[in-house]
Order: sequence, then C-alpha cells, then structure tokens
Amino acid sequence: MTNQEIRTFIENAVKENRVMLFMKGTPDQPACGFSMRASGALNALGVQYAALDILPDPRIREELSAVSGWPTIPQLFVDGELVGGSDIVMEMLESGELADLLGVEQPAPSDAPAPEEQPRQAPIGIENRLS
Amino acid sequence: MPTSDELKLRIEQALPGAHVIVEDLTGGGDHFRAKVVSNRFDGLSRIQQHKLIYDVFGDEVGGPIHALSIKTQTPGDGR
Repeated sequence: MTNQEIRTFIENAVKENRVMLFMKGTPDQPACGFSMRASGALNALGVQYAALDILPDPRIREELSAVSGWPTIPQLFVDGELVGGSDIVMEMLESGELADLLGVEQPAPSDAPAPEEQPRQAPIGIENRLS
Repeated sequence: MPTSDELKLRIEQALPGAHVIVEDLTGGGDHFRAKVVSNRFDGLSRIQQHKLIYDVFGDEVGGPIHALSIKTQTPGDGR
C-alpha cells in the first residue's frame, strides 16, 4: 500500500463512519490507556462506532496526523470532524457534551467507565471494522 | 530527556502570561500532564486550545514526549 492509499483509506473511513475512532489496539483489546479511555467513553454511551487500530503500520499514524493536524492517538471523529483526543473526549463525556453531540442520553454517573486501568497486551493483527 | 520544568517554561514562553502546571506522571520524563490557564484560549474551541499547546512541542509529542495530557481553560472560566 502506498502512503497515498493509506491517506485515502483514512479519509474515506472518516467520511463513511459517523463516529470513527483511531486508536492503539482495538475496543476489545486497547493497547494504551488513553485509547482505552476513548473507546470506553463511547462504550459507556452505547453508541455504534467504527474503530481502526493504527499500530500495524506506522504510516497509518503519520498519514492520520497529516490529515487531522493532531499529533497524538487516539483521535475521535464525529460527522467528519475531529472532536479530539482522550483528554477532550473524557471532558466531554463528563460534561454531557459528548452525549449531546452523538444524540444519546447521558448515562447515570455509575455507568461511566473506570478511568484508570492497566493497558492490556497489544493485539497482533488489525481488526478492521470498516467493512 | 524533557523535564516538567522545561515543558512548563516552554509553554509559558509560547503563551506569555499563562498559568501553567506540568506534572511528570510516571517520573520517567515521557508521560506528562499539563494544565494551562491562558486568555489566549478565549473564543477558541477545545481542539484549537489543545493544538496551541501541542504546537509548542511539535514532533516531540509522540517522540521523546510519549504522552502529553492537556487541560486548558481561560481565566474567566471557573472549571
């Protein structure tokens, strides 16, 4: 795959998926605590989302950051727009803004994900939820 | 290896008058948390506010600075 193909794939993923999360690892097996928090926020709200593991090829991250202008992972896009990384996602989850943006009910506080957990081991393959 | 004092100083130089707290989360010089209060954030979205901070460090974020957690607010903002 060329860098241009990777970039086009990323741009299409953002366009075609209303809620698109780029992360290290997968929602089932996050490979970094920050990615775990971001996917945990979406899980807590019960929204459907697409997730792409950026770890299998370093160029995915390079092209993603070139497209978004955002240096770190995770990156959440909603309706084609960058919402932010894990700090912004967590702030917006707590304030209810994320639920508003996604058009879902804010869950009761006890449903919020446990913020601090040790990251699990990195997955071996890419789990492509973009089909 | 960057230190929290160095990060604080560089943010303060980039955003004169900002109130900056930087913590080294692990003591290892690669995972930091920065809290920045600045009137430069007035009228900017969160994304734009965080980008101002990331821009101070450029490629170092994701390199020597493995992780930089950011919280921004404006002086009038009582969060």
